[in-house]
Amino acid sequence: MTSSASGGVKLIGVTKRFVTPTGAAMTAIRDINLTVEPGQFVTIVGPTGCGKSTTLTLASGLELPSAGSVLVNEQPVTGITKGASFVFQTDALMPWKSVEANVALGPMFRGTRKAEALRLARDWLATVGLSGFEKHYPHQLSGGMRKRVSLAAALINEPTMLMMDEPFSALDVQTRAIMSNELLALWEKSRPSVMFVTHDLEEAIALADKVVVITAGPGTVKATYDIDLPRPRGAVQEIRFDKRFLELYQQIWESLREEVERAYIRQIESNRQRGAA
Amino acid sequence: MTIEANAAATPLATTPSTDEQTIARAARERIQRRRFAVRATQLAVAVLLLGLWQVGAIVGFIDPFFFGSPLGIVQRLADWFVNGTAYGSFWEQLWITLEESLLGFVFGVGSGVIFGILLGEVPFLADVFSPYIKIINALPRIVLGSIFVIWLGLGLPSKVLLAAVLVFFVVFFNAFQGVRSVDRNLVSNARILGASRLQVVQHVVIPSAMTWIIASLHVALGFSIIGAIVGEFLGSQGGLGLVIATAQNTFDSNGVFGAMLVIGVVALGAEALMTQLEHRLLAWRPKSPSENSIAGI
Repeated sequence: MTSSASGGVKLIGVTKRFVTPTGAAMTAIRDINLTVEPGQFVTIVGPTGCGKSTTLTLASGLELPSAGSVLVNEQPVTGITKGASFVFQTDALMPWKSVEANVALGPMFRGTRKAEALRLARDWLATVGLSGFEKHYPHQLSGGMRKRVSLAAALINEPTMLMMDEPFSALDVQTRAIMSNELLALWEKSRPSVMFVTHDLEEAIALADKVVVITAGPGTVKATYDIDLPRPRGAVQEIRFDKRFLELYQQIWESLREEVERAYIRQIESNRQRGAA
Repeated sequence: MTIEANAAATPLATTPSTDEQTIARAARERIQRRRFAVRATQLAVAVLLLGLWQVGAIVGFIDPFFFGSPLGIVQRLADWFVNGTAYGSFWEQLWITLEESLLGFVFGVGSGVIFGILLGEVPFLADVFSPYIKIINALPRIVLGSIFVIWLGLGLPSKVLLAAVLVFFVVFFNAFQGVRSVDRNLVSNARILGASRLQVVQHVVIPSAMTWIIASLHVALGFSIIGAIVGEFLGSQGGLGLVIATAQNTFDSNGVFGAMLVIGVVALGAEALMTQLEHRLLAWRPKSPSENSIAGI
């Protein structure tokens, strides 16, 4: 640990249970141990419904753990984590605000004056390549452009920690590749630590310093893999053909496949039971 | 492609867009012709119906004592506007009703929005009060008008209260539903970006519920006018409701129809203003192809 304010995350023995409205308890994740070093890019992969997203909501302080502790910058998380930004799977943009007003929200919530916040927002929109679209409403933009706006809105607060919950999964394959490259380029500039949840193992390896495989729900860490591909990575479309990439892919897929199959069988079983009842 | 057709359209006769322009012009003409045909037919229907009514009244096919006649209605209205009614000028009666509706609308919408957002934001309050609200909503609220007249007398306040009560429930349920259906992601995002609870309400909850609230305003506007007129019916010293009640008591069908016509015109005008307001407040929404305005009453 170099500095205490640089965005390291530690989950120690974390369990999260949810209580359904009828009073039943459901364990989303159990006994997760996970460390994100400051400035490290960690991707989290696992089968559907294994609690990947829950890990992010715990680290960002949206939810508190049922057991265990979540430390950010060595401090236990008790509320919304300072210095964290979140990029959601669906665009979390206000449809009634223009693009620049959306991006300016972060600084405005933190007490920056409106004119100054808007100026900052325009700078960030230029950084993500959206100059000229400041006054547009989100619905007037394409999916990829909206994702750029979300990125600008998340990065404008200069987070030390960036949580991304399947951010590119709604995009088509080509746009997704472009956005991955952009994300890496932006990340290289300020180097926040990143927790990136995805279904896509290729994406996970191409982006990450470390890939964490989560078991079928209730999720816990099955294995972690250090990705020793050199940085800067360059185009994610091309690194896929790298020999080392393929080795890593095979190794991690072996581990992930079991969990995916187990989750799939369980889903079929529960559907069958529901059908019978 | 003829030379004169191109020359008339644009000097850039050789550009490939000429074809598109020709098609676009033809389409515009077609749309205009269609619009004209619709308007003309609408007018024809009105003339035909009113004409049949008038002729029927003259011939005796329709008894003008019960059903009035178009010309009789016009005469009655002219008489009202020129000579006034039994309780003062017609404009005054119109203004009384408008004032009552408007005040009722404002109070009803204001309280509906406030309570809707409050109960939507605080689930405990919603759980506590929901049975009471359901009970009151199930009452035939028009009857409350009688109580209000007993409480507040024959003047303006009893009508305003009745209109406000009618408006309140429409707006309240929509505001409540609007708050409940706010995108949780937007709220989470705002909180992570550093918003306080109040900022979340201001920047996320209220604008998000606004679509729902505005949708209710059209119906609310109709209810505010109904509230005012029914209130006047139940007991008052002026207003269009009283004009109608008097006409009814003297078997003056033309008078009832005439007052109805005036109320209709007023309601349409208010509706048009409301649509304007809606367009301004919801300018951020994508344009839907079928945005035609139909009056709420």
